Amino acid sequence: MDNQLKFTDIISEALQKQHRKSDLSTFEYTYKAEITNIHRLTEMENLYRIQIIDTEERRQFIFQPGQFLMLELPGIGEAPFSISSSPARHGDVELCIRKAGNLTNFLSRVGRGTHVGIRGPFGTNFPMEKMHGQNILLVAGGLGLAPLRSAISYAQDNRSRFNSVDIIYGAKDPSQLLFTYQYDMWRADDIGLSIIVDKPDSSWKGPVGLVTKILEQMFSERGNPFFKSTYAIVCGPPVMFKFVCNMLNQKDIPMQKMFVSLERRMHCGMGKCCRCNVGSTYTCLNGPVFDYWTVMNLKEAI
Amino acid sequence: MIFRVFAREELKKLFDAMASKNKIVGPVEIARDHNGKPLFAFNEVNSFNDIKLDYTTTKLSAKKYFLPYKEDLAAFRMDENDWQKKVDYNISEPFIFFGLHACDINALNKLDKVLMGSVYPMPYYAAKRKNMFIVGIDCTPQPYCFCRSMGADTALHGFDMFITDIGEKYFVEILSDTAFNFLKNIRTAEPIEADHIHYMKVASEKNKKFTAHVDTTDLTKILDMEFQSDVWKQWGEKCLACGSCSKACPTCYCYGVEETVDINLRGAKKTKKLYSCNLIDFAEVAGGHNFRPERHVRLKYRYYHKHRGFVEAYEESLCVGCGRCGEACLANITVPEVIASVRGEEN
Repeated sequence: MDNQLKFTDIISEALQKQHRKSDLSTFEYTYKAEITNIHRLTEMENLYRIQIIDTEERRQFIFQPGQFLMLELPGIGEAPFSISSSPARHGDVELCIRKAGNLTNFLSRVGRGTHVGIRGPFGTNFPMEKMHGQNILLVAGGLGLAPLRSAISYAQDNRSRFNSVDIIYGAKDPSQLLFTYQYDMWRADDIGLSIIVDKPDSSWKGPVGLVTKILEQMFSERGNPFFKSTYAIVCGPPVMFKFVCNMLNQKDIPMQKMFVSLERRMHCGMGKCCRCNVGSTYTCLNGPVFDYWTVMNLKEAI
Repeated sequence: MIFRVFAREELKKLFDAMASKNKIVGPVEIARDHNGKPLFAFNEVNSFNDIKLDYTTTKLSAKKYFLPYKEDLAAFRMDENDWQKKVDYNISEPFIFFGLHACDINALNKLDKVLMGSVYPMPYYAAKRKNMFIVGIDCTPQPYCFCRSMGADTALHGFDMFITDIGEKYFVEILSDTAFNFLKNIRTAEPIEADHIHYMKVASEKNKKFTAHVDTTDLTKILDMEFQSDVWKQWGEKCLACGSCSKACPTCYCYGVEETVDINLRGAKKTKKLYSCNLIDFAEVAGGHNFRPERHVRLKYRYYHKHRGFVEAYEESLCVGCGRCGEACLANITVPEVIASVRGEEN
């Protein structure tokens, strides 16, 4: 009898499986991608257009609005970013990224043609198909517009499938407004856009205050039947969620039709590192998109 | 399940048969504490004389062999404008755990659920877990052991063989054909009724020795109800937020990922480091917002993950009751005391 144990090669077993979520060999698999363009949006935020280099992989990269990916700069770091572009473009994505940490500051200094790594897509999405035939109300605060832009693109791509589409967008001051070059295009696609800033400058002619002010206005203009057939998507700084969701709740939008996207610092994106846990729920697996009922049941979520 | 008994002197032969061609990791004495009591650790063992099968508990769990504190996930080779990524699961040969207690085997079973049984199974863990042969050994409850409260005082699966000292003989449960074949190297016998009686006597005497207990009745609901309770703040004031509990814990698997550039600028590494939810920046995001800036909130979160979140996901607690966290804690915070206080019980 041979007493020597046999080495188990887990990859040869794994190769028999096709499904990414259960495939051991894809855990650390990175799509190689290229930064094809960098669009300076504000002093702090850039829009990076990133294309998976392999055409077949690019085609197969399918995501839904609200999902995120892990962007890696070898040697610098890896971090989660929500996808800001239309799902119709597959693995040719746009990421709206603020200079906030090591990775993002480094990213702001690289040029076109830089090779980066992408893992994903990960997480839950805004259920756009369920919203067909309904109104959509998108409420964004600051950088919260980044994940919503993917949902807006979806609405533009499929405009006939939705009734009213309205965006309420609040920023600290006019210089921080994102995607200003797109506002006319959104309006041209019959998407209502209300912008409010908290600290106006001398040239600002629009409303001043918080997004809740625009929301109140909307409440007085549109009746309950409108809100009964409305889906709401809310994304912004933590303090914004509670106020906006409470207001929407008063208008009888069912909690299951209100969605929020939470921000946490994932280190894996796959339910392993626990860094994104809210209470005991993984934001990367059960989120980042949650309906409001789920968020209400999460300890310390917002 | 197949049972066998063998004479005491056969154990060394079994060890030697295993050690002849395989790497063995087992409990060894590494030092003495200030009271002169031995301190144990899991280390590689070459000789049967070095292994201490009557050890109490190791200070640290065995997790450095399946969840190393620091592990490279990938290496990069940098070219002019490009890079290549190379992934290695950091294990090249199988190994044998000789002498794991039931709590540590149950810890592996729990980790299996989240690291192998859920979506995105983790190959770094799976590669080590699937190359591990486990010989379990029975133990004597220590004053800090509350594994019985957590249902982790016996291991039902997750090992290859489990040895219990029943006096003149060893009683062994055999769970794998590999274990069955190893036992062919020594003289074993079918247990007779007297062996069964000895086994049951040993088991019932062991049960009487537990002094630490945790009441887990309705604990998930109670943790939810008492989420805002002031007792968390009291424990938070004691907690030093040092993360020793996580370091000692056999089931703490949380981690962080860092990347570094090699000094010659031709390569880079992606490194996973085990982390602790008690450390201040555990839930900090870029830009500086910290979702759990206070010590008591982080300590509470750790209890939530172990005793509520994991129960919600897998119908069982992530805590095995080994008591290592309480022993490691510089502020003397122990799980039985924290849970009792949350339940409103006086100690």
